[in-house]
Amino acid sequence: MISESVVDLSRLQFAMTALYHFLFVPLTLGMTFLLAIMESVYVMTGKQVYKDMTRFWGKLFGINFALGVTTGLTMEFQFGTNWAYYSHYVGDIFGAPLAIEGMMAFFLESTFIGLFFFGWDRLSRVQHLTVTWLVAIGSNLSALWILIANGWMQNPVGAEFNFTTMRMELTSFSDLLFNPVAQVKFVHTVASGYVTGAIFVLAISSWYLLKGRDIGFARRSFAIASAFGMASILSVIVLGDESGYEIGDVQKTKLAAIEAEWETEPAPAAFTLFGLPNQAEQRTDYAVKIPYVMGIIATRSVDKQVTGIKDLVSEHQARIRNGMVAYDLLGKLRAGDKSQQTLTAFNDVKKDLGYGLLLKKYTDKVVDANEQQIHQAALDSIPHVASIFWTFRLMVLSGVLMLLLFACAFWASARKNESSKRWLLKWALFSLPLPWIATQTGWWVAEHGRQPWSIGEVLPVHLSASTLSSGDVLGSILALVGFYTVLLIIEMYLMIKFARLGPSSLHTGRYHFERRDADVSAAPQPTLA
Amino acid sequence: MFDYETLKLIWWVLVGVLLIGFALTDGFDLGAAMLMPFVGRNDTERRVVINTIAPHWDGNQVWLITAGGALFAAWPLVYSAAFSGLYWALLLVLFALFVRPVGFDYRSKLANTRWRQSWDWGLFVGGLVPSLVFGVAFGNLLLGVPFQFDDTLRSSYLGNFWQLLSPFGLLAGVVSLSMLGLHGGSWLMMRTEGAIARRSRRATQGLSLVFLLAFIGAGAWLLFGGIQGLAITSTFDPSAALNPLAKTVAATNPGWMANYHAHPLTVIAPLLGIFGGLLALLGASAGQGRTAFLGSSLAIVGALCTAGFALFPFVMPSSLDPASSLTVWDAVSSHKTLIIMLIAASIFVPLILCYTLWCYAKMWGKVTTAHIEHNPHGLY
Repeated sequence: MISESVVDLSRLQFAMTALYHFLFVPLTLGMTFLLAIMESVYVMTGKQVYKDMTRFWGKLFGINFALGVTTGLTMEFQFGTNWAYYSHYVGDIFGAPLAIEGMMAFFLESTFIGLFFFGWDRLSRVQHLTVTWLVAIGSNLSALWILIANGWMQNPVGAEFNFTTMRMELTSFSDLLFNPVAQVKFVHTVASGYVTGAIFVLAISSWYLLKGRDIGFARRSFAIASAFGMASILSVIVLGDESGYEIGDVQKTKLAAIEAEWETEPAPAAFTLFGLPNQAEQRTDYAVKIPYVMGIIATRSVDKQVTGIKDLVSEHQARIRNGMVAYDLLGKLRAGDKSQQTLTAFNDVKKDLGYGLLLKKYTDKVVDANEQQIHQAALDSIPHVASIFWTFRLMVLSGVLMLLLFACAFWASARKNESSKRWLLKWALFSLPLPWIATQTGWWVAEHGRQPWSIGEVLPVHLSASTLSSGDVLGSILALVGFYTVLLIIEMYLMIKFARLGPSSLHTGRYHFERRDADVSAAPQPTLA
Repeated sequence: MFDYETLKLIWWVLVGVLLIGFALTDGFDLGAAMLMPFVGRNDTERRVVINTIAPHWDGNQVWLITAGGALFAAWPLVYSAAFSGLYWALLLVLFALFVRPVGFDYRSKLANTRWRQSWDWGLFVGGLVPSLVFGVAFGNLLLGVPFQFDDTLRSSYLGNFWQLLSPFGLLAGVVSLSMLGLHGGSWLMMRTEGAIARRSRRATQGLSLVFLLAFIGAGAWLLFGGIQGLAITSTFDPSAALNPLAKTVAATNPGWMANYHAHPLTVIAPLLGIFGGLLALLGASAGQGRTAFLGSSLAIVGALCTAGFALFPFVMPSSLDPASSLTVWDAVSSHKTLIIMLIAASIFVPLILCYTLWCYAKMWGKVTTAHIEHNPHGLY
C-alpha cells in the first residue's frame, strides 16, 4: 500500500502544476486566433497598423507562450514520474491521444511559431498569414487531443480490463474520439481560451484609450477583441459543459456536488443559488433555491431526475460489494484458474472492479473489508461538496460579468464611441483577472469533482501514484514552487513592462513614446477609416 | 493488417526513430546552447549563436515530447517504470529544460548586461544537463536498473540518484555530451562566419576526439569490462499479450554482445558511430561545416543504434529482479493501440518532415554579426 502522504503530496503537486500551466494555456489558445484575425485584416486591407497590431500583440503572446511551453513539459513528465501506476494501468488508452497530439498538433504549432516570430522578412504576406493560421490551428488541435484524454478520465468509454496484462485496454478508438464528455469539454475549454485572449486585448487597449495614447491602434484592437469576445463568451455559456453532466456516473456525482443536492428531488430540480453545504450532516444550510432551473439546465428536460448524493452513495455501496466479488475472481484468474465459469463470473462483475479498488485505501486484500470500511469507501466516492459548490458559482459569476462587459463593449465599439466612455474602459481594465478566475475555478470543479477517481469508476487516485517516498515528492514540490515563483515574477515583470510600452516597443517610430523625437508628419498616427 | 509480433517490432523501430529524431534536431540546439558562452565572446556574438536556432528549437523540442508521448502510448510500462524510478534524474532534465523557452525568449527583452549573462549561463546549463543525463540514463540501461514489479505490476525502484553516476554511467554521459556538443559545433560552423565559426570549428575538433575516445572506450568496457547482459531463457509466444513477470531471464549475455555475434551485420551501427565521429573530425579540420554536420549526424544515428541493437529485445533491464526486465515483447500496448498509433505516425511523421524542412529552407543562410546589430528588437 502507498502511504497517504505520498498520495496527498502527489495530488498537491499535480493540482499545483496543472493550474499553473493553465494560467498560460487559455491566453495562447485565444491569442493565436486573435493574431490570425488581425493579420488576415492586414493581408486583406494592406494597412500597416494591422501588421503592427499582429506584431505587438504577438510580442505579448510570446512572453506568455514561453511559460506555456515550459510548464507543459512538467505535465508530460509527471504522469510517469508521479503517477506511474496510472500510466501503466491506462497508458494503452490515455497515452494514444497524447502521442497523437504531439504528432498532429504540437509539431505544427511549435514548428511554425518560429516562422511567425522570425519569418516576417523571409515569407510573402500570404505565406506568413498561413503560418499564423497554422499556429492557431495547431494550438487548438492540441487542446482537442488533450481534452479527449481528459474526457476519457471523466467518462472512460471504449476500453476494457485485461487480467493478463493487469490494465485497461482500448476496445474502440472511435468511442474514445467521439466521447460526448470530451466533445463538450473541448468546445467549452477552447471558447474559454478565446474569451481570455479577448479580455486581455480589450483590457490593455482600454488602458491605452484611458491614457489617450496610440488611439487608432487601441481602438482597432478594442473593436476586434470585443467582437471576438462577444462570440466566444456566448459559446462558453451556451455550450457550457453542464450538458455533459448527464453522461457517466462520475459526471452525475459531480453534478450533485455542484448543486449540493443531497436528496433526489422530483423533476425538474431546483437550482441552489446560495447555501452552506454541510458534508458531515449531508445537508445544505441556509439554501436559497430557484425552482425548476437546475433540472432544465442539467437534463435539458422537465421530466428527468437529477440523482441526489444520498442515493448515489447507496448505489456506490452496492457497486463496492460487487467490486469485492470482482477482485476475488481476479485473484483466482491470476492464480491460474482460467475455467470458463470463473471467466464468465468475472466478466459479469468486472465493470465494478474499480469500486472494489476503492477499498484498497483501507485493506490491501479488499475481499476482507468490514461493513464500516465499505460504508466509509462509499462516502469517499463523493467529492468535497462545499469547494465544488463555491468554485462553480464563482466561475459562473465571472462568466456572467464578462458577458455583460462584452455586450457593452461590442455595442460601444459598433457605435464607435467606446473612447468617450471612461466607465466602460475602466470596467474593461479591471475585468482583466476574470477569465483566469473562471478557468481556474472551472478546472477545480472538473478535476476536484472527479475525486476519488483518477479514471472514473475504474481507477482510484490513491492507487495511481508512484512508489516514491514522501521526501522525494516534497522535494520536487519545493523545487517546482521555487522555479515557478521566480518564473512568474519574471514573466509578470516583462508582460507589464511591454504592455506599458505598447506598440512603441516595435521601434517603428510610429507610436507614442517615439514620436517626440520622430518626424510626426512623416509618421502619422493611424486614424480610424 | 499487421500481426501483433510485427507491430511490436515496428514500434521498437519507431521509438528509436523518434529518439534519433530528437537527438538529430534538438541535439544541435542543446549543443549550440552549451557552446554559446565559449564561442560567443560578447553579446552580439552570443546573439548570433542563439539566432541560428531561434526559429527552430521549439519545433525540435517536440521530438522529445512526442518520443515521451509515444513511450507512454506504446510502452506504458517503460514510461512508468523509467520515469518514476529515475525520478530525480528526470526532474533534473526537466528543470534544465525549463530554462530554454524562457531563456531564448526573455534574454533579449532587456538590455541589461547582468540579465543577459545570467540567461547565457542558464541556457548553457539547459544544454549541458539534458545531454549529460540522457547519456547517463542509457549507460544505466546497459548496467541494469534496480527496479522490480509486484504481482499487480506496480513498479518500485530500490536505488537512488547517486548510484546512477557510476563510472560506466558517467562514461556514457560523456559519450552523449560530446556527441551533442559536436553536433552543435558543426551546426554553428555551417550557420555562422568569422570568429564564431572559427571557434566552433575548434570546439568541433576537440569534441569529436572526445566522442571517439569515449565511444570506443565504452565499447571496450562492454567487451572486456565484465558487464553482464541479459537473455530471455523461457519460451514465449511473441504475438500474444504477455505479462513481463511470466518470463525467466538469465545474465548470460557477456557485454551485451550476443546480438552482434548472432547477427554480424549489426556491427554496422558501432562502425557508423566511429565513421561519423571521424568524418566530423575531418570536416572540422578542413573547415567544412556541412561535412562535419553530416559526420555528427551519422555519429548520432550510429551511437543510438549501437545501444538499441545491443539491448534488443530488452528496453529496460532490471538489475534487481531480471524477470521484471522490460522487453519489446511484454512492455507494449495492445494490438489495437499499436495499429492506431502506427496509422497516425505514418500519416503525420512524413508531413512533419516536409514542413520542418520547408521551415529550415526558409530560414537558411549564415547569421552574421552585422545582421544581428541591425535588428536589436526583431531578433532574439
